[in-house]
Amino acid sequence: MQINGAQMVIEALIAEGVDTVFGYPGGAIMNVYDEIYKQDDFQHILTRHEQAAVHAAEGYSKASGKVGVAMITSGPGFTNAVTGLADAYMDSIPLVVISGQVPMSLIGTDAFQEIDAVGISRSCTKHNYLVTDAKDLPRVLKEAFYIASSGRPGPVHIDIPKDVTAQIAEFDYSIELELETYKPHTKGNPRQIKKAMEAIAKAKRPLFYLGGGIINANAAYEVRDLVHRTGIPAVETFMARGTLSHDDELLISMLGMHGSYAANMAMSETDLVIGLGARFDDRVTGKISEFAKNAAVIHVDIDPASISKLINADYPIVGDVKNVVNEMLGLCEQVKSEKYASWRETVKHFDELHPLTYHEDTDRLKPQWVIERVGELLGDDANISTDVGQHQMWTAQFYPFSRPRQFISSGGLGTMGFGFPAAMGVKAASPEKISINFTGDGSILMNCQELMTAVEKKLPVINIILNNNYLGMVRQWQTLFYDKRHSETDLSVQPDFVKLSEAFGGIGYRVTTKEEFDAALKDAVEKNIVAFIDVVVERLENVMPMVPSGGSLFNMMLLEKKEK
Amino acid sequence: MEASERRVISVIVVNEASVLSRITDLFSGRGYNITSLTVAPIPESKYSRLTIVTSGSVRIIEQITKQLHKLIPVLKVYEHADLVEKEMALIKFPVSENIADINTLCEAYNGKIVNVGDNVIIAMVADEPKRVENFLKIITRYNPKEIVRSGAVALER
Repeated sequence: MQINGAQMVIEALIAEGVDTVFGYPGGAIMNVYDEIYKQDDFQHILTRHEQAAVHAAEGYSKASGKVGVAMITSGPGFTNAVTGLADAYMDSIPLVVISGQVPMSLIGTDAFQEIDAVGISRSCTKHNYLVTDAKDLPRVLKEAFYIASSGRPGPVHIDIPKDVTAQIAEFDYSIELELETYKPHTKGNPRQIKKAMEAIAKAKRPLFYLGGGIINANAAYEVRDLVHRTGIPAVETFMARGTLSHDDELLISMLGMHGSYAANMAMSETDLVIGLGARFDDRVTGKISEFAKNAAVIHVDIDPASISKLINADYPIVGDVKNVVNEMLGLCEQVKSEKYASWRETVKHFDELHPLTYHEDTDRLKPQWVIERVGELLGDDANISTDVGQHQMWTAQFYPFSRPRQFISSGGLGTMGFGFPAAMGVKAASPEKISINFTGDGSILMNCQELMTAVEKKLPVINIILNNNYLGMVRQWQTLFYDKRHSETDLSVQPDFVKLSEAFGGIGYRVTTKEEFDAALKDAVEKNIVAFIDVVVERLENVMPMVPSGGSLFNMMLLEKKEK
Repeated sequence: MEASERRVISVIVVNEASVLSRITDLFSGRGYNITSLTVAPIPESKYSRLTIVTSGSVRIIEQITKQLHKLIPVLKVYEHADLVEKEMALIKFPVSENIADINTLCEAYNGKIVNVGDNVIIAMVADEPKRVENFLKIITRYNPKEIVRSGAVALER
């Protein structure tokens, strides 16, 4: 059929089964918004900032497993969205982000709201397009969805000049894609898998190192099966939280800079790392030359460039982790769980020596208590988002995650301001679950305008602000490594968060005791509107244990022991 | 630090807008070196061939080829081991220099004088990059006014 470029965008979104688009209109994208007005196949959620639109699309994608879609205008609309693109790129989140561009005749003239959008997004997207003719749009849109969601997922950006959205051309979405140069390798090499399984059977102290790729590949339940059938203990990266349930006997904990003592010691003592969908990030490995020093490495990853990038892999397996784990399950007869009994004991001993815990030794509430308490009260009924900082690490350490896609956070880029809009996207994707955003008094102000979106679109996110009047993580580093010079991290001057939420039509609570917190959370869940729970917590609490930047995993700063 | 070595990589890419930027952005964004880069369309195809001379440790070179592969419009990446490599250079000399000497030297490096003007002559050589470098060193005594090098092109044997 012959339709204009704007209509093609709508038709393609419908054909892709998109039910929610996050966005913000403007001059260059108006033709598309005119078509959005005329349709009722999908809902459009108007955020109050383009950055929030992309984060919301990320949250939506992470919770649902589908491609997230965001739409923005040219110039500042696009540049505001760049942080979201970069965030999605670092965390391998499939997005299609569509931006308007000035008309073709004005490109290159420094026109009003013109910026070289594809030039900017090139380094923070999996792929991008500047569409110069409407006849290319069906192919470009279809390729974008395919590229975003296949292989190692990631954001794809499509920049469409205004006149192209008005141009009429043939639209046929049933075209076959001919991506001769893009063929992701999804099936692992059977011989390599066989060798890897033999290595596992021979190992004395093997260790599963589970990464976020497992969540992306929807492989968590297969991985649970593999872990249980082999009886090999497992550590999770920050991005993999929820792969194993928190009460799984074989789950040690998270590893890395703020990982548990047991997880980091297990990684230092293992003789075989079984890496599944993890990328040996610097926050995980610490000093690279000391990381798992005596171990051979099996590395399963969809992205060949992640293999042997930082740690040499003895058994490299390129493939979709779900396919590979299924293959491994077929070969795990030879792996005898009894063999690792003493290794499991050793790991347990590590955990008894320095368990992941905190001391309730101050008058003020401890932030870790708040997180544990939400876990006790809501557990599996909540999806958990976070912003970035201390509260984020405590959430990863102390929330009892029980399923994949329950934990949504900005891992790679570490974007403050991610949590609230992401939690709105999570709520849009899974309305049956309570959407909690753990945040800090620093982070929440970076996208607090989204209160308006949450009120308007009835996205009752409960933002739990762990308020220590500090930019806490930076303050912690200043305390530990900068001789307590707390440069520009004291946030004593701050808004009345209760009134702030109320000003937008949300609800607010300020709590200082356990009883008040329980009451506020209960009330917020019942009221079912967007909420700020401003929790006054201990100001100088540090995230422990900690591997100082560039240090070795086995050289942790530990929580001081207290006499009972 | 691991030893850094010179490497020649050929990349076959789809002829499309901004494909060259994707390649060069990858090098600059990840801190890799480009010593020289040449690019031209492959006859009767929708592809172009780039020849990139780079340097780095074994691990870096492996990363470069893998990251190049990840770019959507990249069809093939060859990291050459056994190759034939050539580079061309054009050199402008004052016409007052010893043209016979220059011509003889050029011939030794697969070249010749290709243009004679009122005030200057232009000579061309085409040889292995190392030999071209050597040639350029030798001819400094003839006061070259301008030198342009093409960058290397290479084919696997």
